[in-house]
Amino acid sequence: MGRDRPALSSTARSWSPARWSARLAAVVVVTFFALFFVWPVAGVIVEGLGSTGVDPIIDLFASPAFRSVLWFSLWQAAVSTALTVAVALPGAGAVARLSFRGQRLVRAMVTIPFVLPTVVVATAFEGVFDRFGLTDGDLRLHHTAWAILIAHVFFNYAVVVRVVGAHWAGLDARMEDQARVLGASKPRVFAAVTLPRLAPAIAAAAAIVFLFSFTSFGVVLILGGPARATVETEIYRYAVVRLDLATAAALAVVQLVVVIGLVALSNALERRRSSPEPVHGVGAARRCGLGLAANLAVMGLLLGLPCTVLVERSFSTGESSGGSGYSLRNYAALLDRVDLLPGTAVAALGNSLMFAAAATAVAVAVGGAAALMAAGDRSGPVRLVDVGSTLPLGVSAVTVGLGILLVLDSPPLDIRTSIVIVPIAHAVVGVPFVVRTVVPMLRAVNPHSREAAAVLGAPPARVRREIDLRVAGRGLAVGAAFAFAVSMGEFGATSFIPRRAETLTAPLALFRLLGTPGAVLRGQAMALAVVLMALTAVVAFAVDLLGDSRKGAF
Amino acid sequence: MRRNALLRRFRLLAVAVLTVAVTAATACGSDGPSSMEATTVTLLTHDSFNLSPETLDVFTARTGIKVEQLAVGDAGRLVAEAILTASAPLGDVLFGIDNTFLQRGLDAGLFEPYRSPRLADVPDRFQLDPEHRVTPINFGDVCLNYWIDAVDGAPPATLDDLLDPVFADQLVVQSPETSSPGLAFLLATIAHYGDEWEDYWAGLRDNGVAVTTGWQDAYYGQFAAGGGDRSVVVSYASSPTAEVLFSDPPVDTPPTGVVTAGCYRQIEFAGVLAGAANPAGARALIDFMLTPTFQNDVPLNMFVFPVISSATLPEVFTAHATRVSDPLMIDPAEVEAHRDQWTDRWVEIVLR
Repeated sequence: MGRDRPALSSTARSWSPARWSARLAAVVVVTFFALFFVWPVAGVIVEGLGSTGVDPIIDLFASPAFRSVLWFSLWQAAVSTALTVAVALPGAGAVARLSFRGQRLVRAMVTIPFVLPTVVVATAFEGVFDRFGLTDGDLRLHHTAWAILIAHVFFNYAVVVRVVGAHWAGLDARMEDQARVLGASKPRVFAAVTLPRLAPAIAAAAAIVFLFSFTSFGVVLILGGPARATVETEIYRYAVVRLDLATAAALAVVQLVVVIGLVALSNALERRRSSPEPVHGVGAARRCGLGLAANLAVMGLLLGLPCTVLVERSFSTGESSGGSGYSLRNYAALLDRVDLLPGTAVAALGNSLMFAAAATAVAVAVGGAAALMAAGDRSGPVRLVDVGSTLPLGVSAVTVGLGILLVLDSPPLDIRTSIVIVPIAHAVVGVPFVVRTVVPMLRAVNPHSREAAAVLGAPPARVRREIDLRVAGRGLAVGAAFAFAVSMGEFGATSFIPRRAETLTAPLALFRLLGTPGAVLRGQAMALAVVLMALTAVVAFAVDLLGDSRKGAF
Repeated sequence: MRRNALLRRFRLLAVAVLTVAVTAATACGSDGPSSMEATTVTLLTHDSFNLSPETLDVFTARTGIKVEQLAVGDAGRLVAEAILTASAPLGDVLFGIDNTFLQRGLDAGLFEPYRSPRLADVPDRFQLDPEHRVTPINFGDVCLNYWIDAVDGAPPATLDDLLDPVFADQLVVQSPETSSPGLAFLLATIAHYGDEWEDYWAGLRDNGVAVTTGWQDAYYGQFAAGGGDRSVVVSYASSPTAEVLFSDPPVDTPPTGVVTAGCYRQIEFAGVLAGAANPAGARALIDFMLTPTFQNDVPLNMFVFPVISSATLPEVFTAHATRVSDPLMIDPAEVEAHRDQWTDRWVEIVLR
């Protein structure tokens, strides 16, 4: 069915306002990436290697220690990705194909781990390990590679469930029905009919998970222990601890090359495997008690257990007297300012929400435009956008953060200390989520659907609204939810950018509360973490509703 | 044509966002050097810096200068970023460089010398830079803490005690590469044992020392405070005070004790950044940092001691604060000359 045809054909070319808007979108996308990603990264590399040339890179590869660091970085990221896809794929199927009450709630809940600061998750994991006797002995998980892998599955589970799930929900279920009628077994139907059509979305999700694991910092150092090193932690060590910018830049170049290669590969796979589908949601949603129960059990165990530990701790009070009663005191404390913070924790949550809203808007606008460009045709520059817009996920926060401080230092762009740089830096990491979720969905829109709608008398505006926007809307909702979570959780370069005291955000407040001893502070930090989780779930839920609001219209 | 509707929506959003960003950017650019200069001073600090909100208002009331506070990461990151941006500094005053990283900042030419008249009230032992490029503001001590209920028998009293089998698998420290107290504790052992410090750490390793990346995963992860099974941790002399002040329900005595032998003194400094947009305001702010108003506010906001002799400490702070009589310290220049080599050796001995 029209596999050779570009998913969005370029009839728009002949129509000049469309061309203009396409150009404008291109200018916005390219300007955004050039200013806030390419220039800063190039700035760090030039600053570091400007006087030495490529010698530090050659030195790196001559060192056996570095080769083992590179190997470990790639190995743990690859295994983390494989594990996450394997564990989360059934979950994606459950939220996409099975119909059950609270489905939307489950989709929102799985996004929660994403916002949790690593320090908090690490203590929750230690709590779980402790309860199951896994902190020492033969089954020790504490400070092992396993702890890193499990944590990566915990953090990234949602990526696969939501990115693949959104795509899956749009597949025509009648094809599976036909195969079943023709006598194929369930596993065979999945392998031969479903899986190939999911390939683009799986490639997209796997790319995100790989890049996240490849550049993960806190998980590696806190759960893996200080003896572990990856390319990412080494960049931090050389740039910040050792002030050896030449070696840091050399590492950044290696990281960039690996990441570009991987993204190009995954995009090629995603592009080759994508084929147009009829519009979304054909075929009845089904119920499957056992499969659903199994999936909910996995989610409950993997995501629920550490989160439950946090919830339990957030209500626990009276620690100082040894007794552990439960009360709402820790939550009430969020309304009072403690001496260590410039404002209340609630005010910090408000700041986080404000930044996250702005960052999500930027990420959806830039990411949406980039996705349209990337899905639109197959020319060279467009592929560049396709690859380029994903790179920020795989490039060190150190490189981007220090780069922003280094290059954006003169008027009119001296925005290093301005408030706008915070949502922009968050959006740099948010955009790839939007692009990678929307692109496979746009490519899957069958041009016949639009033509059919037109033939049946739908005016062009309605065709656009009912087909393109609806399809992209679902992807945008997923991408926006992640962009929001990325910002609430303060991912990426922001931690390198100086922040104003009056705009303290929730993760920073949490970090400070946990930075001084005292049961009250710890309790308040746990309550703040739980509120952060709840807010993220609520927003993910609302965004999901928004993206799906046209479901009943067809 | 079909891309059109989507595009129009995205375009509107994108244009709006970019317009806001660019307007804000240019607004900052044009405001910065001209009109704000005389009335605003920018204070660049690490994340642990805090004051009562009214304290800086006193400064503004006295001088007419408003203080803009910018915070970034921990002390190490603060210094690294200040050095990286030295040609276009992020602020006018930097607060939070301590004696373990001081020389790095001085060598990079970060600061403009300024001798505050208020230094007369600061004991000489805190004034580490004879050229007054930096001004001491507060001090604290990194010490071993123990959880009283978790220690069997007598608590440790010296660094040597941690080699005793009684404390096997009981100590948790932070890596000196990623943690400021971790580095201070390594320096304490070097100051105390001299050339034998490597043997001491080999002994600690044999006795089952645990290493974490940062203070939080040590204190709340493995130390008894967070339910962990280790009874001794590297923290601060002021930690028990915080344990009492932030206890739930209120308690009179801290659950932790301090090993007063083998503590490393950390002195925090402030300095006028070279190339500051408002050097006069920066000097005024440094003067203010040595007034009783500022100094008296330091203990409860940052859990450190003020440097001026005339400061009055809050009673809640003095009641449980441990005064360390003979803290260890290594000359900042010597620390700078050997820091990387020492931490490399430490990694080989303890982690490999």
